[in-house]
Amino acid sequence: MNNPNEVPLIFEMSSPGRRGYEYPDCDVPSEKVTDLIPSRFLRKKAADLPELSESEAVRHFTQLSRLNYGVDVGFYPLGSCTMKYNPKINEDVAKFAGFQRIHPYQGEETVQGALKLMYELEKYLCEIAGLYRATMQPAAGAHGELTGLMIIRAFHRDRGENHKRQEIIVPDSAHGTNPASAAMCGYRVVEVKSNPRGGVDVLNLRKITGPQTAGLMLTNPNTLGLFEEDIVEIAHIVHQAGGLLYYDGANMNANLGISRPGDMGFDIVHYNLHKTFAAPHGGGGPGSGPIAVTEELEDFLPVPLVSMKDNSYYLDYDRPKSIGKVKSFYGNFLVMVKAYAYIRSLGAQGLREVSEIAVLNANYLMRQLQKDYHLPFDRSCKHEFVLSAKKQKAKGVRALDIAKRLLDYGFHPPTIYFPLVVEEALMVEPTETESKETLDRFGEAMREIALEAMENPEILKEAPHHTPLRRLDEVKAVKELDVNWYKRNPSSAM
Amino acid sequence: MRYIPTTEKDREAMLKSLGISSIEELFNDIPEEVRFRGELNLPPPQSEIEVLNSLRALAQKNADLDRYPSFLGAGAYDHLIPSAVQHILDRAEFYTSYTPYQPEISQGTLQAMYEYQSLICNLTEMDVANASMYDGATALAEAAILACGATGRGKALIARTIHPEYRQVTQLYLESRGLEAQYVPYDRGQVDLHSLKNNLDEDVACVLIQQPNFWGLLEEVEEIASLAHENGALFIVCVNPISLGILEAPGNYGADIAVGEGQSLGGPVAFGGPFLGFFAARDKFIRQMPGRIAGATNDAQGRRGFVLTLQTREQHIRRERATSNICSNQALNALAATVFLSLIGKEGLQEVANLCLQKAHYAYRKIVSIKGFAPLFPGAFFSEFPVSTPLPPEKINKALWERGIIGGLDLKAYYPELGPAMLFSVTEARTREDIDALTQVLEEMANE
Repeated sequence: MNNPNEVPLIFEMSSPGRRGYEYPDCDVPSEKVTDLIPSRFLRKKAADLPELSESEAVRHFTQLSRLNYGVDVGFYPLGSCTMKYNPKINEDVAKFAGFQRIHPYQGEETVQGALKLMYELEKYLCEIAGLYRATMQPAAGAHGELTGLMIIRAFHRDRGENHKRQEIIVPDSAHGTNPASAAMCGYRVVEVKSNPRGGVDVLNLRKITGPQTAGLMLTNPNTLGLFEEDIVEIAHIVHQAGGLLYYDGANMNANLGISRPGDMGFDIVHYNLHKTFAAPHGGGGPGSGPIAVTEELEDFLPVPLVSMKDNSYYLDYDRPKSIGKVKSFYGNFLVMVKAYAYIRSLGAQGLREVSEIAVLNANYLMRQLQKDYHLPFDRSCKHEFVLSAKKQKAKGVRALDIAKRLLDYGFHPPTIYFPLVVEEALMVEPTETESKETLDRFGEAMREIALEAMENPEILKEAPHHTPLRRLDEVKAVKELDVNWYKRNPSSAM
Repeated sequence: MRYIPTTEKDREAMLKSLGISSIEELFNDIPEEVRFRGELNLPPPQSEIEVLNSLRALAQKNADLDRYPSFLGAGAYDHLIPSAVQHILDRAEFYTSYTPYQPEISQGTLQAMYEYQSLICNLTEMDVANASMYDGATALAEAAILACGATGRGKALIARTIHPEYRQVTQLYLESRGLEAQYVPYDRGQVDLHSLKNNLDEDVACVLIQQPNFWGLLEEVEEIASLAHENGALFIVCVNPISLGILEAPGNYGADIAVGEGQSLGGPVAFGGPFLGFFAARDKFIRQMPGRIAGATNDAQGRRGFVLTLQTREQHIRRERATSNICSNQALNALAATVFLSLIGKEGLQEVANLCLQKAHYAYRKIVSIKGFAPLFPGAFFSEFPVSTPLPPEKINKALWERGIIGGLDLKAYYPELGPAMLFSVTEARTREDIDALTQVLEEMANE
């Protein structure tokens, strides 16, 4: 039967001779290609790109977009990802030719506006974190982590201690990127346990911290959405041992104007401009992961920084202790523009209100759901909270089934099976941009699903029922790997 | 606050249901010594129109390429972008979604990823591609790391003819992981094959080159591939995707991994980002590849659909044993590339490559005929070329800017040994008039 939701692949729509764009004619005298480039360098068989008219291509991608769910479509409480509303004005300003159409190697005197924006954004981010200087170069949160770890290494090397400090401590509740970034930076990863209240087990931390410790990576509030009550002691233990504290800023949306990582004792912080500062997530990216550091670590930041001299801004490469570069050019500039516009829109009070309402919304929803779902840590949460589908599991219903059933109710599900320390975890982050009515509707759907789990678990196990496609076979996708259309359709290559 | 729907009444009702009297109580678990009691020192909030005006004022302080022709390239290229690209990117279903963890409501993103991967494979003649990396530089760095893991060797040979910033990033990535980066010198603007041969030993995991190289010149790729392979090293090539409309695809001259900067495929120069790193490899490396990969499968009713696949390579599952730490990528830029390639199609790619080639050679012929301007190296080039200059490049660029032209790249900071030299890039977006205006200024300066 014809499936109205199946959009053909762009390759299946191709018809030789069609085109969706025309280049202007060549206005300079042309020479034979073989006179310019020896034939051994030339392509023998042209790339077999699809051929469509503009309208066909536009329809194709528009139809694809309609199979997607985004924040503009509905509630998206994906824990740890801060799927807040992305203000439209930020998109508009990022499209100004003065931002989109400037080349990274233009003379500094021709890009003073861009440099000023970066300079001021750095100041704002440092103020928000309570730190000294920042780089905008990392392209995403995980990239910021890697950069921060490189700085930790450079710091210890500078003090002649790099050879003995080869361990990075991460909590067992940490984001997967933390240990992955540490490994990528050549560090040995040591896990610190969580205590019964969901925080870092300080006794355990004391035991595993020592002269071999390069640093500790922590997010606060942690991935359970709980504030690390022992943060002062934790910072003390790590600093006392000569290590540095790295703050994973994924959860910064709970802290704006409320509590600053620098004041907690963190030496390095990364931000996710695409989470906390409302830049859109783009279907997976681009993000932006600036990092801020203490005065002690300033020298190690990547080059260039944006500095100011005689009332003009310049790219400061003269930084002999810098780790170098983690990315070409200066970072995801257009994402910075959006974050800058957001901070200018809100100001100090607006930002604090963001965190206050994000925390209020999370607590409100958590208390609505705790009757029907197991709440492993019964304390007030910050911007997100974690439930367990333990009760439902007794009926053979898993967190995954609940997530899939939520799709039928028109919601994007929470993050599932994370953090790893909670069995059948459902991690809910409502954000501040959702109304009470939306939270109530989501709460109601969750309660109905809990009821279904008891009375009619099959409906959950077979969910979703009302999405463009039903549950997809991930095992088949791995076993019969098909990741390149041309490989399966070699005959099409003319 | 216009982005927060919570009214005073809502707030009260919510507090009441929580059995508390103020939001402050929700923060009671924060130790007082780390509680921030002041007000952040930030500029006052602005209304939408004020934000628009502030940002416009900043944007207007920049000399944008709508107003000024530019001859800068070096990793960021000013190409024409079909209007439809931005319109697709503006679909909120695309740009306000995240990584497609829930495939049943993310088929748009997933199918676009699959199409993107297929297009990159076809363009490079490789077997598999991932769904994007941060940029060309980090894609190159991750390729070197993959090669070290795959060969069990600890050293990468990096051509000095690769973009200096790409080298810097790759070196930092390698050394952070305890691996070694060693540079291969150049001879007349190309990889010094003799030196490459001498440096290849059993510790070498891979040979990294760029085609065309940083100066736009073509490398003897087949010879380099043979040298690398004879030594059991992988051959990693960083390519300019537009050049593949004319130049041989890396998969056809022995590349094991092909990476590159995809900004040219429908992305603006944007002061250097967000850009698009693409990453393609031979089949056998797919389980060691970094990043997201979309694959085709069926749903419970046998209908075709797409999912994220081979996720056990990734950080959210494998943690410290993951192939990379990458999580967020450049998905929207990859979508732009997909739309762009679909619009220009088979013919369009060949046309745009030829336009770049012809216009760059026209500019080259004119420039090197001016007194004191001479080709730096003899080799064939695609759309960029380096020339030695009779005057300091700074001075030349200043004079050009006074006439409203953004000149070429001064090579001093990157290759001081070359003496006064500039790199010019010419794309299809430059008209003959632009080029003639450029050469006229150069001529005037030469005759002064």
